[in-house]
Amino acid sequence: MFSPSHFTAVLLFALCASVVFGITMRETPRRMLRYGIYCFVLFVGSVIVLSWGMYLIAR
Amino acid sequence: MAGSSNSTPPGTKAASQQGFVYLPLIVGWLVPGAGHFLLRKWGRGILLALAIFSMFALGIAMQGEVYSSAHDILEMLGMVGDLGSGLLYIVSRVLGLGVESAQVTTADYGTRFIVVAGLLNVIAAVDAHNLRTGRKPL
Repeated sequence: MFSPSHFTAVLLFALCASVVFGITMRETPRRMLRYGIYCFVLFVGSVIVLSWGMYLIAR
Repeated sequence: MAGSSNSTPPGTKAASQQGFVYLPLIVGWLVPGAGHFLLRKWGRGILLALAIFSMFALGIAMQGEVYSSAHDILEMLGMVGDLGSGLLYIVSRVLGLGVESAQVTTADYGTRFIVVAGLLNVIAAVDAHNLRTGRKPL
């Protein structure tokens, strides 16, 4: 059984979803790459921000 | 008119509407990335197939649940998402992959991975259809 940490699972999820979003939502390879990176950063960044938010609320 | 040709340049809307326009949509749904392969978009097809296969395989490896029944609305929605994977879903059901119900946290993540892989495959298949119809430039 593959048991990644929560953050590893987030990174894997963000990577796969960003590849599909980048290719399907833009038209040229350069814009696909930029949009894919943008989506990946948004996925991971929002997880980090929300995690810190929940950590501070729980204290 | 002199110099004009009956052949339609590839990539134009007229050229893209010849034949069965739903073939890339159906093939892309059945096999991730295959819709783009039909349109000779090899690079995009390989990346899409890798991303969707990986996500589905990771979900199975995390012992995620493959929905097989629809007793309530959440299971029904999960099954609709799973069905988006096309043949991957059918093969996983035939081989008995996945678990009946997620017991641990990573298995719950795995279930989401499998559902999202199906939803991403639907997006990829619709993209292949848009390329085929000319709605998105080749």
